[in-house]
Amino acid sequence: MLLIHCPHCQETLPEAEFTYAGQAHIVRPADPMSQTDEQWEEFLFIRQNAKGAHYERWRHLHGCGRFFNAVRDTVSDRFLTTYVSGAPRPDLSSLMEGKA
Amino acid sequence: MTRFNAFALLKNALTGHKGWTEQWPDSQPKKEYDVIIVGAGGHGLGAAYYLAKQHGITNVAVIDKGWLGGGNTGRNTTIIRSNYLYDESARLFDHAVDLWENLSQELNYNVMYSRRGVLMLAHNVHDVQSFTRHIHANRLNGVDNRWLTPQECKDYCPPLNISANARYPVMGGALQERAGTARHDAVAWGYARGAAERGVDIIQNCAVTAIRRNPDGSVAGVETAKGFIKAKKVAVSAAGHTSTVMQTADVRLPLESYPLQALVSEPVKPIFPCVVMSNAVHAYISQSDKGELVIGSGTDQYTSYSQRGGLPLIEHTVAAITEVFPIFNRMRMLRKWGGIVDVTPDRSAIISKTPVQGLYVNCGWGTGGFKATPGAAHTFAWTVAKDEPHPINAPFTMERFRTGRLIDEAAAAAVAH
Repeated sequence: MLLIHCPHCQETLPEAEFTYAGQAHIVRPADPMSQTDEQWEEFLFIRQNAKGAHYERWRHLHGCGRFFNAVRDTVSDRFLTTYVSGAPRPDLSSLMEGKA
Repeated sequence: MTRFNAFALLKNALTGHKGWTEQWPDSQPKKEYDVIIVGAGGHGLGAAYYLAKQHGITNVAVIDKGWLGGGNTGRNTTIIRSNYLYDESARLFDHAVDLWENLSQELNYNVMYSRRGVLMLAHNVHDVQSFTRHIHANRLNGVDNRWLTPQECKDYCPPLNISANARYPVMGGALQERAGTARHDAVAWGYARGAAERGVDIIQNCAVTAIRRNPDGSVAGVETAKGFIKAKKVAVSAAGHTSTVMQTADVRLPLESYPLQALVSEPVKPIFPCVVMSNAVHAYISQSDKGELVIGSGTDQYTSYSQRGGLPLIEHTVAAITEVFPIFNRMRMLRKWGGIVDVTPDRSAIISKTPVQGLYVNCGWGTGGFKATPGAAHTFAWTVAKDEPHPINAPFTMERFRTGRLIDEAAAAAVAH
């Protein structure tokens, strides 16, 4: 079971308390009416599915109930960092240092 | 190549089994092929077989980063069924079952297809209603499926607990009698042997690192661990790693890769006559011919490329199995493993041309690709050979995510399948 650090609770807790919520930093279109079919396809369905560092959302469902973001290596399942939603995307190169 | 029959068996038995020849050569890549298939699982090898046999295209290579059949083909729980809700899926999966029925004869290789029946248990009113709907939809599509009462379920599968006090009471079940299991390794081996016999090169332990394109955008060939190989057409059938391969050709797909786990028990004498699936409690179980109980679990909630998966899922699955089949609660589990499955948003597969001329993809089978192996391989080979989809896989092209014409088996089944 993964151990996940909730940036709101500031505690590292078992995965069973959390739910996965998909790729992070997908921005909802400001003007939905102007979107083309291609843009909707991209927004709704196309995912990065990265092998390696992956920016993703989690929700501390059985805790504070809040969403947050994480960077996880999808090969080792190791969390590189977690951070609150709305915070800027952390720089990957600094995260990878010392974790390899 | 030796054909397998009673006479050959007898002859070799009398000569100490020294006369068997190798079933396919371990090929080294040539400089150029008409078609390169990326991924030597059942789907990829099957596509090579049908390309050679039905379309006369024999200058074909199947390339795999590991050994053939070592990915999801060798990791699934071997369940074969076609009781899907929607017309498009019913046609595709029933086409596969039609091919399964004669596959051993077709390949001269015993794939041990066993029509032992798949029983899907209903544990609540919603299950009863949705399965009844499935049964009606299936029958309209000519797919066999019928309703069993709890007692009929018990008669069909004696180890089942139908007590009214059970944690998951059995309110009935949907039975597809034409469904069953097959030996997964033999499917890969049989297709490999049949394809190699017709001139297909099978290149193992040679990872495809990138798909290279011509200046006009069309496909040029593949970069591999053994150097560049030129190809007129490239067909990708790489399951969980489809995204990473296709990305190198600038094709992005609506896929996410999840670990899916399975486990087997210690072998015991025959006790379990059919396949039982219980969607509500997430348990899939059958008994292999070796005697092990083969148990399918669910996907982890997070995307991952680690071929492991988390232990909580195994615990949940085994807990469910011992509730539905209390007879198994002292069984010891022998081993568990994981595979990486590529899941689409509508839980239906993609067998499609791509925006890149000469590049084709067969992916998105999620947690249920094994049952489709012959049907997917057959229609994929057609798509590659003719540069247009077979009528059966025409609804399964990647454009559906743009037009919105999804084949929403996710909503239809409400479970990974």
